[in-house]
Amino acid sequence: MPLDTFRQETREWLAQNCPPEMRKPSRGEPDICWGGRNWQFHSNDQKIWLERMASKGWTVPMWPKEYGGGGLSREEEKILREEMRAINARSPLESFGIWMLGPALLHFGSEAQKKEYLPPIARGEIRWCQGYSEPGAGSDLASLQTKAEDKGDHFLVNGQKIWTSYADKADWIFCLVRTDPAAPKHKGISFVLFDMTTKGVTTKPILLISGKSPFCETFFENVKVPKANLVGTLNDGWTIAKYLLTHERASIGSGLSLAGMRSLPAEAIKSFGRDASGRLDNPFVREEVIRAEIDGRALLATIERYRAEAKAGQGVGAKSAILKYAGTELNKRRYEAFMTIGGSDALEWESARSDEGTLAREWLRTKANSIEGGTSEIMLGIVAKRILDLPEA
Amino acid sequence: MIALDEDRIMLRDSAREFLTDKSPASELRRLRDTKDKDGFSRDLWRGMKDMGWTGILIDEANGGSDFGHVGMALVCEEMGRTLAASPFLSTAVMAATAIRRGGSEEQKKKWLPAISEAKAIIALAVDEGRKHAPEKTALKAEISGNAFKLNGEKSFVVDGHVADAIIVAARTEGEPGDKNGISLFLVDAKAPGISIERVIGVDSRNNARIKFENVNAVDALGVTGKGFGLLENALNAGRAGVAAELLGVAGESFDRTVVFLKERKQFGKPIGAFQALQHRAAHLFGELELLRSLVLSACVTLDKSPDAAGSIVSAAKYKACEVAKLAVSEAVQMFGGMGMTDEIDIGLFMKRARAAQELLGDAYFHADRYAQSQKF
Ligand SMILES: Cc1cc2nc3c(=O)[nH]c(=O)nc-3n(C[C@H](O)[C@H](O)[C@H](O)COP(=O)(O)OP(=O)(O)OC[C@H]3O[C@@H](n4cnc5c(N)ncnc54)[C@H](O)[C@@H]3O)c2cc1C
Ligand SMILES: Cc1cc2nc3c(=O)[nH]c(=O)nc-3n(C[C@H](O)[C@H](O)[C@H](O)COP(=O)(O)OP(=O)(O)OC[C@H]3O[C@@H](n4cnc5c(N)ncnc54)[C@H](O)[C@@H]3O)c2cc1C
Repeated sequence: MPLDTFRQETREWLAQNCPPEMRKPSRGEPDICWGGRNWQFHSNDQKIWLERMASKGWTVPMWPKEYGGGGLSREEEKILREEMRAINARSPLESFGIWMLGPALLHFGSEAQKKEYLPPIARGEIRWCQGYSEPGAGSDLASLQTKAEDKGDHFLVNGQKIWTSYADKADWIFCLVRTDPAAPKHKGISFVLFDMTTKGVTTKPILLISGKSPFCETFFENVKVPKANLVGTLNDGWTIAKYLLTHERASIGSGLSLAGMRSLPAEAIKSFGRDASGRLDNPFVREEVIRAEIDGRALLATIERYRAEAKAGQGVGAKSAILKYAGTELNKRRYEAFMTIGGSDALEWESARSDEGTLAREWLRTKANSIEGGTSEIMLGIVAKRILDLPEA
Repeated sequence: MIALDEDRIMLRDSAREFLTDKSPASELRRLRDTKDKDGFSRDLWRGMKDMGWTGILIDEANGGSDFGHVGMALVCEEMGRTLAASPFLSTAVMAATAIRRGGSEEQKKKWLPAISEAKAIIALAVDEGRKHAPEKTALKAEISGNAFKLNGEKSFVVDGHVADAIIVAARTEGEPGDKNGISLFLVDAKAPGISIERVIGVDSRNNARIKFENVNAVDALGVTGKGFGLLENALNAGRAGVAAELLGVAGESFDRTVVFLKERKQFGKPIGAFQALQHRAAHLFGELELLRSLVLSACVTLDKSPDAAGSIVSAAKYKACEVAKLAVSEAVQMFGGMGMTDEIDIGLFMKRARAAQELLGDAYFHADRYAQSQKF
C-alpha cells in the first residue's frame, strides 16, 4: 500500500476507533494499561481501545501477523506513531512482553513457542515479568545462582530473584537459571518461561522510595518447569539474556524521549513569568532548562539517526548502551529541574488538591532509570570495551 | 533524519583521503612556523576547487557542485580532523550563501562562478565588538548621491586579510540592537577608505580588523534595510559549518586520545585499563554521538527549509561548543605531560576548538538564541 494511502486510512481508522477518554493526556503510571489475566480496566474506553488496537495487530505493529502483530514496515509503523501522537492517543498496552520477551522469542523461540506466547502478549492477555536480578547478582548478572536441575521431563527450580518488577501482578515470568554449575559463569545459564501460579512460586513486594511498590522479592521452592519451556539451547541462555537486555536498554533510552511528557519551559514560565524582553524571568533556571531541552533534542535526533542507520544496514549494536546512558541521565536532570521549578507545589505528597504527589513520585522514580536494565556505570563500561576497545580494567 | 547514502559516504571518504594527504596537521605547523603570508595554501584551495568543494553550495548553472549542507558538513568535519586552513567557510559557505540567496542575477553571474572557480575570496564582515552580535551592527551606511558611504569598524573578519571582496553588514536605519535597518553591501577589498589589519589567532588561523572610512558602496545585496534575514541565512550556513568542523576537531582529538590510552603504560598496564579514564572516555563518546545527530539534523533542515533552520542550527552550534571544549580538555589531561607539549598535535586541536567556539556565536549566544526561538 502506498504510504500516503496508509496514512489516510490510519488517520480515519484512529478518528473512528480511538475513544475520547483515550485521547486525554496520560498521567503516566495511573493511566497505563498493562493487561494480564487479572487486569482491572480503569474504564470501559481503556478496554475498548485495547481490543480494537489488538484486532488490528497495532499493540505490536511490527510483529508478523501470524503472531498477533500488525505486520507493518518501519515506515508504516512510524506513520502510525505520528498519527497517534497527532490525536494524542494513548498507548493501548504496555508490557514487558512487548518490550523484552517478544523480540527475544521472535529471534530465539521455536515456532511452537512463538505461536503459543506471542499472540496473548499482543492481545494483552498474559502479563510477563523479568526474573534476572538476584540478591548476589545485580550488575554482575552472570553470577546468578537460582538453579534448575534436570529431572527428566522437567526442571526443578530453586532460588531467589529480587527487584522483579510487578512480579505480584504478572502471570508468567521469563527467568534466567543456572543449569550447569560446573561451567564458567556465562556458559551455564538457561532461559526458561513459567507460570507464576506454579506451585512453589511466592512473591513479596518491596516498598520503593516513591511510596509505591511495583517490585518484589520472588522465591522459587521446588518449582517444576516443563522442558518445553526452555527457550533456545540449554546452557546458552546468556546469549538470549544479552539480546533481550539490548532491547530493554534501547526501549528505556527511547521510552524517555520527550513526546507527550511534561514541558520544562512551560512549567518554568508558570513559576517565574517573563521579563520585559519575553525571556524567562530567571536567567539561571532558563539556562538549565534550555540545556536540557537541547540535549533532549539531541537524544531524539540520535534515536532517529540510529533507526535510519539500522535500516540502511549500518550497524548500531552496542550503541543501545549510549541511548540508555544518555536518556536516563537526562531524564534525571529534567526531573531535578521540574522539582526546583515546581517549588513547594512539587513537594506535595498528600493534600486536598494534590494529585497523590504525582510529580514527586515521578521524580523519585526517575532515580531508578540509571539503575534498572543495567546501571550507568555498566553502560559506560560497555561503551569503553565494546566500542572503544579499551583494555580490561 | 537520514543515514548517509553511498554518495555522501564517498564524499566523506574522498574528503578524508584528500585532506590527510594534502593538508594534515603538519601543514598548519608549516604555515605557522614559516609565517606564511596568506596563512593558507593557494595550492590547497585550488585542489579544493578540483574536488568540487568551492562550489559546494552553488548551483550547477553557476559552476557549482551543489552537494548541499549535508555534504558541506561532511567536508567541514574532515577539515576539523586535519585542522585544514582555507577560505572555505568564509567564501564557499557564507559568501556563496549570501549571494545565492540574496544576489541579483547580475551579482550571481559575476560572483558565483568566480567562487566556484576559486578565483575570488570573499569575507563576511559582521562582528564589531568582542562578541558575536549581528543585530548590534553599528557600522553606518549613509546615502550620498546614488551610493552609500560606509563608516565604522569590523573585527574578527575571517579571511579578511586575503579577501578580494567583502560583504559588509551595515546599518542604514535604526539603532544597534534593531534587526530592522541592517543592509549588506559587497565592496572591493581594495576600495579607497578600507584599511585591513591582519590578526593571527591562537589557532594560527587568520582574521582581520577592518576600518571603513567613507568607503563608497554601490553594490547592495538584497533589499537595503531588510538584510537581517539574508545575513542570518549566510550565518546559519556558516554556523552549521563551524559546528561540523568542531565535531571533527573533537572527534579527532578523541580518537587520538583513545589510541594513547591503549599505548601509554603506567603502573604496569595501559592507562586505558583504569576505569577512571574509561568512563570519561565513554561519556565523551556518547556526547560526540549526540552532537553528530544535531549537526546532521541542522544540515538536513538547511537543505530542506533554510529559513526555518535557525533553532536547530543554534542547538547544533551550542552542543558543538560544549562537546569540543570537553573533548580537547580531556585530551590534554589524559595525555598528561605530553598533552602540554607543542610536539604533538593535541594542543593544536585545543586552540582551534577555542577559536571555533567563539566564531559565529559561542555556546551562551546559541543557547539564548535557541531559547528565544522557543519563545522562552
Ligand atoms: C525500579 C527498578 C526495577 C527493576 N526491575 C527489574 C526486573 O523487573 N527484573 C530484574 O531482574 N531486575 C530488575 N531490576 C534490577 C536491576 O536490573 C538492578 O538493580 C541493576 O542491574 C543493578 O544491580 P544492583 O541493584 O544489584 O546494584 P549493584 O550491581 O550492586 O551496583 C551498585 C553500584 O555499583 C556500581 N557498580 C557495580 N559494578 C560496577 C563495575 N564493574 N564498575 C563500576 N561500577 C559498578 C553500580 O553501577 C551501582 O552504582 C530493577 C531495578 C530497579 C531500580
Ligand atoms: C608544565 C609542566 C611542568 C612540569 N615540571 C616538572 C618538573 O619540574 N620536574 C619533574 O620531575 N616533573 C615535571 N612535570 C611532570 C609531571 O609531574 C608529570 O607530567 C605528571 O606526574 C604526570 O605524568 P605523565 O605526564 O607521565 O602522565 P601519565 O602518568 O602518563 O598520565 C597520563 C594520564 O593517565 C592518568 N593516569 C595515570 N595513572 C592513572 C591511574 N592509576 N588511574 C587513573 N588515571 C591514571 C593521568 O591522570 C593522566 O591523565 C611537569 C609537567 C608539566 C606539564
